[in-house]
Amino acid sequence: MARYVAGRVGQALVSLLVIATLVFFLVRLTGDPVRLLLPDFAPPEFIAHLRQTMGLDRPIWEQYLGFLGQLIRFDLGDSFNGQPVMDVLLDHLPATATLAVAALLVASLIAVPLGILSAVYKGSFVDTVARTIALLGQSVPSFWLAIILILVFGVALAWFPVAGRTGLSSYVLPAIAMGWAAVAGLVRITRSSMLEVMDSDYIRMARAKGLPTRIVYVKHGLRNAIIPVLTFAGLLVGAFMNGSVVVENVFAWPGIGKATLDAVKIRDFPVVQGAVILSALFYISINLVVDLLYAVVDPRIRYRR
Amino acid sequence: MIAHWPTALRTGGTRARRGARLLRETPMIPLAIIGVIVLGAIFAPFLAPYDPVKIDLTHALKPPFFQEGGSTAHLLGTDKLGRDVLSRLIYGGRISLVVAGAVIVVGGGIGTFLGLISGYSARRLDAVIQRGVEAVLSLPTIMVALVFVYVVGQSLLSVILVLSPFIAARFTRMVRGDVLRIREHNYVALARVAGASDARIIFRHILPNVASTIIVIATLEIGAIILVEASLSFLGVGVPAPTPAWGLMIADGREYLSTKYWMSLFPGLAIMATVLSINWIGDWLRDILDPKRQFV
Repeated sequence: MARYVAGRVGQALVSLLVIATLVFFLVRLTGDPVRLLLPDFAPPEFIAHLRQTMGLDRPIWEQYLGFLGQLIRFDLGDSFNGQPVMDVLLDHLPATATLAVAALLVASLIAVPLGILSAVYKGSFVDTVARTIALLGQSVPSFWLAIILILVFGVALAWFPVAGRTGLSSYVLPAIAMGWAAVAGLVRITRSSMLEVMDSDYIRMARAKGLPTRIVYVKHGLRNAIIPVLTFAGLLVGAFMNGSVVVENVFAWPGIGKATLDAVKIRDFPVVQGAVILSALFYISINLVVDLLYAVVDPRIRYRR
Repeated sequence: MIAHWPTALRTGGTRARRGARLLRETPMIPLAIIGVIVLGAIFAPFLAPYDPVKIDLTHALKPPFFQEGGSTAHLLGTDKLGRDVLSRLIYGGRISLVVAGAVIVVGGGIGTFLGLISGYSARRLDAVIQRGVEAVLSLPTIMVALVFVYVVGQSLLSVILVLSPFIAARFTRMVRGDVLRIREHNYVALARVAGASDARIIFRHILPNVASTIIVIATLEIGAIILVEASLSFLGVGVPAPTPAWGLMIADGREYLSTKYWMSLFPGLAIMATVLSINWIGDWLRDILDPKRQFV
C-alpha cells in the first residue's frame, strides 16, 4: 500500500511540474508585459526600472527556477498591481467554489433520479427521455443557456437576479447554466452503474427473498451503484472551474473565472498563471484522492502491475 | 447484454433484412441537419442572400420575417449594424466546421499516433507519454485557450493550435486503452514471430483494429470542439470580428437580448442543432461500430 501511495503521489507531482512548466513558458511567449502596463511615451529608464522590480530582466531559466521555488512555498507571485496572486485568487475562490457546489447539486438532482429511472425502466419511454436529455445536455452551449435563462427568468418573469452574487436566489440561474452541461455525463454514468449493479446476484437474492421493489432498488441497488457516480461528481469540480470562465462572465459573478478573464484582458500574467495552476492543482488533487480511496476500498488496485 | 444491442446488430434474418434494419435505425434527421449545415458552409457565397460583413445601418435591428416589422428581405432579421443574420449564420458554419475539422485532423492524428506508440511500447516511454497526457487533461481548456489566444493573437490558426493538444490527449488515452487490449491477441504475436517490424505490426495489424474507436471518438469530439470554439468566440478570443462566428453573434446580440432576441437566439439554435446532430450520429456510430462502449 505504501508503495502504491508513493507511486501515485509521485505521478501527481510530476503532472504538476509538467503543468507549471507549460504554463510558465506559454505565458512568456508574448511580448514584453511592461509595455502593456506603461504608455508608449514612458521614458526608457522607467520601463527598465519596472522590468527590474518585476524580475523580468533576469535570464529566463532564472525566472523559471525562481517560479518553481515560489510554487513549492504556495507563493504564486504578485499581481501587477502589487497584491499577492494567492490573495487575489483566495478572494475569488469562495464565489466559484460555492457556485460549483450549487451546480453539482442542480446536476445531481436532475441526473441521478433520471439515471436510476432509465436503468430501472430500461428501453421504456423514461429511458428515451433520459437519453434525449443527456444528448441535449451535451449540445447546449452553457453561455447561450445562461443568456436564455436571464431572458426568461431574469428579465421576462423577473424571478431571480441576473447579475452578481447577492444572496441565495442569485445562485439559481448560474448554477443551472453551469450544472446543465454535467447532466449528460451524470445520467450516463448513473444509468450504466445502476444497470451493472442490478444484474448482480445480491439484487436477485434481495428480490428472491421478497423485499419490496423500492427497497431493492434504493437500499441494495443505489447504494452500490453510487460509487462511480460520486467519483465522476468529484471530477466535475474540475470541469466547473473551467466552465466558470464562461458562466461567471455572463452573470458578472465575482469568482475565479471572471477574475481570470479580467486579468487576461490587462495581461496580468501572474494572476492568469496562478488561476490555471490552481485549477489544475484542484483537478489533480481530486483525482489523486479518488484513486487512493479506491485503493483503500479495493485491494486489487494496489497490487496491479 | 444482447437484449439492448441495437436490433441491427442482432444476427438472424437474411442479409437483406439485416440491411433494412440498419437503414431503419440510421438517424436520418441528424444526418440531414449536418448535411444542410455542411452544404451551407461549402456553398455559402451562393446561398447567403447578403454579404455577411456588409454594414447597412439603414436596415439595422430588423426583426425576422414572421414578426411585425420584419420582411422577407431579411428572413431572420438583421443585427445592430444591419448585417443579415441568416447570411452570417450560413457563413458562421464555416468557422465551426473548419475549426472542428482541423482540430480533429491535427489533434486526432497526433493523439492516435501517440496512443499507438504508448500502448505498444515498453513501460518507460508509455509512462512518459501518459504523464504528459495527464498534465494536459488536468489543464482547464478555456483558461489555457484564453491565455494562448491573447498571447499569440486572435486568429483561426491560434484557436486550432490551442485546442489540438487537448483533443490529442483524449485520443491518446482512448487509443492506448484499445492497443493494450489488441496487442495481447494471437495475431500480433504471430506477426512478431513471422518477423514483422514494430512499425509494421503497429500500422498494419493494430491500427486497423482501433479504426472504429477512432471514428467514434472523432465524431463525439467534434461536438465538444464546436462548443469550445463557440465559447471562445463568445468571450471575444475566438476568430476575430467581424468574421461571422456563431459564438460571436451570440455575444453581439447579448446587450439587445430583451427586445431584439433574434440576434442571439438563432446562432444559439444553430450551435445546438449542429452539436446535437453530431452527438446523435456519434452515439449511433458507437452502437454499430463499438458495441462495448455504447450508451449502456
